[in-house]
Amino acid sequence: MRARPLFLPSALALGLTFLYAPILLLVLFSFNESRLVTVWGGFSLKWYGALFRNEQMLEAALVSLRIATTSATLATVLGTLAALILVRFGRFRGRLLFTGMITAPLVMPEVITGLSLLLLFVSLETTLGWPSGRGVDTIIIAHTTFCTAYVAVVVQSRLGGLDRSVEEAAMDLGARPLKAFLVITLPMLAPALVSGWLLSFTLSLDDLVIASFVAGPASTTLPMVVFSSVRLGVTPEINALATLLVLVATVTILVAAAVLWRQERGQR
Amino acid sequence: MPDHTVWGQCDMMETVAPGAAAARPEGSRPGAVLRRAEARPIIEIDDVVKTFGAFVAVDHVSLTIREGELFALLGGSGCGKTTLLRMLAGFERPTAGRILIGGQDMTDTAPYDRPVNMMFQSYALFPHMTVEANVAFGLRQDRMPRAAIRERVREMLDLVELTPFAKRKPHHLSGGQRQRVALARSLAKHPKVLLLDEPLAALDKKLRERTQLELVGIQERVGTTFVVVTHDQEEAMTMADRVAIMDSGRIIQVDTPHALYEYPNTRFVAEFFGTVNLFEGQLVEDEPDHLLIRCDALANPVYVGHGISAREHATVWIALRPEKLAVSTTRPDAPHNWDRGIVEDIVYLGGISTYHVRLDGGALARVTTQNLERMSAPEITWDDVVYVSWRPDNVVVVTS
Repeated sequence: MRARPLFLPSALALGLTFLYAPILLLVLFSFNESRLVTVWGGFSLKWYGALFRNEQMLEAALVSLRIATTSATLATVLGTLAALILVRFGRFRGRLLFTGMITAPLVMPEVITGLSLLLLFVSLETTLGWPSGRGVDTIIIAHTTFCTAYVAVVVQSRLGGLDRSVEEAAMDLGARPLKAFLVITLPMLAPALVSGWLLSFTLSLDDLVIASFVAGPASTTLPMVVFSSVRLGVTPEINALATLLVLVATVTILVAAAVLWRQERGQR
Repeated sequence: MPDHTVWGQCDMMETVAPGAAAARPEGSRPGAVLRRAEARPIIEIDDVVKTFGAFVAVDHVSLTIREGELFALLGGSGCGKTTLLRMLAGFERPTAGRILIGGQDMTDTAPYDRPVNMMFQSYALFPHMTVEANVAFGLRQDRMPRAAIRERVREMLDLVELTPFAKRKPHHLSGGQRQRVALARSLAKHPKVLLLDEPLAALDKKLRERTQLELVGIQERVGTTFVVVTHDQEEAMTMADRVAIMDSGRIIQVDTPHALYEYPNTRFVAEFFGTVNLFEGQLVEDEPDHLLIRCDALANPVYVGHGISAREHATVWIALRPEKLAVSTTRPDAPHNWDRGIVEDIVYLGGISTYHVRLDGGALARVTTQNLERMSAPEITWDDVVYVSWRPDNVVVVTS
């Protein structure tokens, strides 16, 4: 038993190093004076300046944010509906099939999802004339498709853990089913909705493969820009961008965690 | 059960005692029963059946609950009592049969259109609302004017003594306080009937006993009909005016706690409602004024001071309550109503002691005695040979 106090902290330290050393290194090198990515040449903020003068990068960032916000919102609505059906409608014909279909995008290789969506959009365009060409809209649809699966899973587990009688109590006290859902169930689901939305937002912001398949000429997302510029050689500018993204992600996650923690505490 | 009429008369004699209700708030409140005997029926359940697939949860139940009654549905888990309650609330629809509330057919009415409210076992408080908002929720659904809502909420919180906690959220309350919020919320709309699903199951024993009396007090003050579902026989006895005992979807007996205890109509009721010593036997003599029963487990025949009209040699069971047995070291002279045995165990509970006596026939008899005197040493101890006896009028005979 004497080995335990030593073993656990060292395992933790090793794990944390493995996870975060690369990110720390990246942050460190974003303040590098030198043009060479791996050689330290003194502290500087010049790559951040260069980043904010890079029109292409900024535009791509805006496109990505727009796509992420829209598809996260759509996915939250659709995923919640899917979860409601799975949890509340009991057994129905094709329930197993529906469960499988909802969760399929979680395990489907992205290349296949992207390719099949591309085929769908092309054949839709030739038969119905919509969507005309590929662009932001098609990326939003594609991202909504796979984010819905994540939201459905998150909301489903929360919904399954809710005490059904709370909703029944609302109906017993005179609220019609729709009102009981909006006034009672939805607020109780809020933590799951928030985390589902944030998860979708991050997944969408992060996605390169699917977006590459269904993107059009005027819809270059941030990961696509990063990827194409890295192919020409990693610049410290990319390090600066990555650092900013890490910062945004950290702040978002901390805020979300704080919100969830307060909510959870309020519902115990 | 042919002698049911005789029991009914005993019942009436018992209920005439004036002032009994005031003196015994925790008892069966016989005075209240008499007062409510003429009260209008508020709930009429007419031959209701509820099946879930092949499972019959409620099996041809008919029941009338009168206005102002505190009525208990008592039974083990899975006996259909909660399903019956949920059908009264409107959460389940009967497969067959009718449910009338206040004289109106409400079988197919939705929960939100029924003049009944329910208090849930889990309390089902709205976690994101304050105590005040929880209590006001039902009134808001009725679009009651704001001032009237505020007045009613204040009145309800006063009733359950939670006024200082009005602004708190449910998770800042103790279990007992949550239970009272649930009660206030379900009473706020002044329902015709309040349905309570295991209202005290989540409380610890001490608190539960106190809350039982509080609930009875509140029920008497507001005068609302209460229908309580419980699995706890003591709780039903403490609170209810009348109790329906359910088993596998059917109602076995409906009566006052007193009648259920002293005059059970079946072995099931005798065993479920309190402790009992049951012996199977054959009817040897069945005269209008007495019965003679021979039990295999008992050495002497059992003499009962009244008749039942059953076939001669029919199989019957005699039920003897532990406190109605006497245990002594001297052999009785009577030709019947006693047996010999050896003390196997003594459960000393301070106020009472229970002797487990292994009779010579092999059966176990439980005898409860009150410890009325302070003694240095009890006169009966382990492995003593003792005589268990009972009076002829304390024998309950059931035929099924």
